[in-house]
Amino acid sequence: MSEAIINGLYIISAIFFVFGLKMLGKADQARKGNLVSAVGMLIAIVTALVSQSVLEWQWIAIGMIAGSIVGAMAARLVAMTAMPEMVAIFNGFGGAASLLVGWSEYHRYTVTNTYMDADVLSLLIIILTIVIGGATFTGSLVAWGKLSGKLPSKAIQYPGQQFVNVLLVALIIGSAALFGPLRESLSIDSYLLVIATILVACILGITFVIPIGGGDMPVVISLLNSFSGMAACAAGFVISNNVLIVAGALVGSSGIILTNIMCKSMNRKLTNVLFSGFGASKSSAGG
Amino acid sequence: MGMMLVFVLILASFLGFELISKVPAQLHTPLMSGSNAISGITVVGAILSLSGAFVVSSDTMTIILGTLSVFFATINVVGGYMVTDRMLSMFNTGKKEDHVS
Repeated sequence: MSEAIINGLYIISAIFFVFGLKMLGKADQARKGNLVSAVGMLIAIVTALVSQSVLEWQWIAIGMIAGSIVGAMAARLVAMTAMPEMVAIFNGFGGAASLLVGWSEYHRYTVTNTYMDADVLSLLIIILTIVIGGATFTGSLVAWGKLSGKLPSKAIQYPGQQFVNVLLVALIIGSAALFGPLRESLSIDSYLLVIATILVACILGITFVIPIGGGDMPVVISLLNSFSGMAACAAGFVISNNVLIVAGALVGSSGIILTNIMCKSMNRKLTNVLFSGFGASKSSAGG
Repeated sequence: MGMMLVFVLILASFLGFELISKVPAQLHTPLMSGSNAISGITVVGAILSLSGAFVVSSDTMTIILGTLSVFFATINVVGGYMVTDRMLSMFNTGKKEDHVS
């Protein structure tokens, strides 16, 4: 299929996402809005399937059929009261998928022996996709655990929390630097570095959410939802795909606004929700 | 090409900021859930990672990573849209006036 038609279809699907999101915010149109956005998704998926002449059809079919069954069963069987935590775990899977897309792209560089020749920006975007995706994955799992009572829902605090988080972020920045601009001086196998970065990102997701109390989880899930949008957006840059960038950016930015609105309706500030676990024991100053 | 994509990113981000303004409180969770389903768009990336342009002579690891990511992203998409629809179907029966919080 020609490039122009493919991009045209991607634009149509992006338009469906925009209208879908807009309608989801209005009580009388919300259900239709969700349907509109689902049609947009269908268009995007079909376009992706027909845009390439050579596809690993059987593997795509296996992944999609298995994913559809699991997703549909989970959505149908979940109790009404357990829906927010279901959203958290779906969101985590979205983050994991972005992580895997980034990883797969890095893997392609190693298979074709082009890692050393790749441009720095592409490599940094791959690492960014992996990090946001990984942190979203484990962060969402913790949020799910807290809401479903599998983990203690109260804020878990330990001494040096802030230090640990800063250290993890510093490790990630360091490994991104080693992976991209400083890769000539890398003395270990780059694959080890990537695996280590994935692990650190996953740990960061846990340490980020664990100090937040169960009552604040809806806000945290909304924020993680925004992150998974950004992860999809970054994955879009990795494979130079417009529809991933547009849809990811839409979710990323609208997610931030929604998170803010949710905080306001609880009369809190976002920083207060995220960091109230730090420092003083209990200072729930109203926003 | 790269610059063009950054351009697209910036415009789409601003659009996202503008799309969400006043949302009635009872729609916060469905809206979050619905936009979560959209973030499953990464399924397109996952599908393309299993396409001819990316798979090098049926490399096993590429296939494992690609299939897993298609699987996870599809759960996000299918589950996300269905659970959102279920949430919203509850509102329709009551047919309440929407009070903006």
